[in-house]
Amino acid sequence: MSKNLELVCPAGTPAGLRTAVDAGAHSVYCGFRDETNARNFPGLNFDRDEMREAAQYAHERGAKILIALNTFMRAGSTDLWKRGVDDAVAAGADALILADIALVDYARKAHPKQRLHLSVQAAAATPEAIAFYRDRFGISRIVLPRVLTVEEIARLSAQASPCETEVFVFGGLCVMAEGRCMLSSYATGKSPNMAGVCSPPSHVTYREDRDALVASVGGFTIERFERGEPAGYPTLCKGRFLAEGAVSHLFEDPVSLNAVELLPRLAEIGVTAFKIEGRQRGRAYISTVVRTFRKAIDAMAAGKKVDFEELRGLTEGQRDTVGAYKKAWR
Amino acid sequence: MQRPRLSLTLGPVLFNWPVAKWVDFYARIADEAAVDRVCIGEVVCSKRKPFVDDVTLEVVDRLERGGKEVIYSTLALPTSKREIREISDVIQAGYRIEANDIATVHMLNGRPHIIGPFINIYNEDALALHLKLGATRICLPPELPLDSIRLLAKGNNAVEVFAFGRPPLALSARCYSARARGMAKDACQFICENERDGMNVETLDGTPFLAVNGIQTMGYVVTAAMRHVETLRDAGVVSLRLSPQSCDMVRVAKVFRDLADGVTTPKEAGEAISVLHLPGPLSDGFLRGVPGHMLTEVD
Repeated sequence: MSKNLELVCPAGTPAGLRTAVDAGAHSVYCGFRDETNARNFPGLNFDRDEMREAAQYAHERGAKILIALNTFMRAGSTDLWKRGVDDAVAAGADALILADIALVDYARKAHPKQRLHLSVQAAAATPEAIAFYRDRFGISRIVLPRVLTVEEIARLSAQASPCETEVFVFGGLCVMAEGRCMLSSYATGKSPNMAGVCSPPSHVTYREDRDALVASVGGFTIERFERGEPAGYPTLCKGRFLAEGAVSHLFEDPVSLNAVELLPRLAEIGVTAFKIEGRQRGRAYISTVVRTFRKAIDAMAAGKKVDFEELRGLTEGQRDTVGAYKKAWR
Repeated sequence: MQRPRLSLTLGPVLFNWPVAKWVDFYARIADEAAVDRVCIGEVVCSKRKPFVDDVTLEVVDRLERGGKEVIYSTLALPTSKREIREISDVIQAGYRIEANDIATVHMLNGRPHIIGPFINIYNEDALALHLKLGATRICLPPELPLDSIRLLAKGNNAVEVFAFGRPPLALSARCYSARARGMAKDACQFICENERDGMNVETLDGTPFLAVNGIQTMGYVVTAAMRHVETLRDAGVVSLRLSPQSCDMVRVAKVFRDLADGVTTPKEAGEAISVLHLPGPLSDGFLRGVPGHMLTEVD
């Protein structure tokens, strides 16, 4: 088992970053406040000064800062993304997380020594795809898509070397192959790939209908919460739809990814980094999740038993899944 | 100045048509369709591939005799070793390849190829990079607006645009055709064979919204770029992609050919397309930079 396991945690704000670092994150990922990153939500992300200060805060405490510029550059406006790369390097990024092949190319040429990670948005799901980015651009780590099984991850990690692999272990579950989903673009005109938004809040509406709260995205009714039922955020792929005469969560139930039980196996097959999703999450949540996962990872690295009960307590009831990591999900 | 002739590409059949229908479809395309090139091959689900393997050579031969350039489109989301081996096999067999994921680009190792709409090329830098890697024609992702297409198509004679058919929107590891019927992908019984244009998906209040094609999610609407053909050609686009639906694709090709040749007007083309048995209403939202399901009214 690898001794250098890394817990990679989200930070949507400078306060969130300090929380994650203080709670024991080995590294924290975050992005600039514009469409260069895939969590371009109002009130989130960092300006240039905040990013420099965040990097300094992390470094002083032995943590790393990974800056995500993981959307696809808009034609005619590629300077915005390239400037983002330059500014991220200047801010002291330990690695850049990139998805656009041309931005990867730019970053490698402009900053030959900078460590680069390939974002999950680049959808590299085979040894051949990894080899492409590793051999051509010197990518140090690949964030693997959430559409792979553990067996597939094992094969990929073995063949990716010396490139490291990083997988999502907790938080939101993308049902579609990331970076290749246009559902939001189709329903709202806002593209995850180009604008960094998925089921954007600006296009979400709620209305009362008898005893229920009805949620729509882009005018399409995708969820109905009866009185007393918890009303989750209406994400297009987790909505309820009518097909073959029946209403169901056709694509995915509104659940979160929780792969805690797979941690030892993932470490055993060579995964180096465990990623927690959720740059839009609050500080209390970040603090609890990061602290608990750090304890588990430290225990694993020391060859001790992991306290799974504590990890399971992070999600409510049956609202979590190991998703595609188990073949039966398909 | 004489403008270059817009060529027409028939994209791969994305649906799981029964093999006899598949063969008949290509026979008719070979003999009658006004398309310059035809893509064959299973792009969506590798489980369907064995069905057409036995007849592929026959279909290729027929298409070539019909004067079409034949291109082999590869799987858009390969994950298993077997799937990679199958892609490697068609590369070795010498087919002209349309790559639909980056692993295939890697395996082509600089050999001239085509880039399909499932590879993310959103800007001029990415396009230039792929041309350098051996791409000779690039079908852009269907969500790109005209503003981006203009910048990408300029001066390279390589850009193709998705002009007809249900827009491909997403790919997953999970099979929704099976899931909708309470089955898992591994035991799907090839249920998607009954869905000639995909399985329609409606919202909770019964509004048609999406279509499901195995692991693929598509729009319920049918992209139809008739009104923008002139603009696309002026922008330097060299080819239009017509994605097969179960309607009369020979007729669809004729409509686009006549439109591209200036024989008919966009209005006439729109009317001719509208009377076909399409699986959904027409749309041009992506090209206009508005929600992809929309159809903008004629000015």
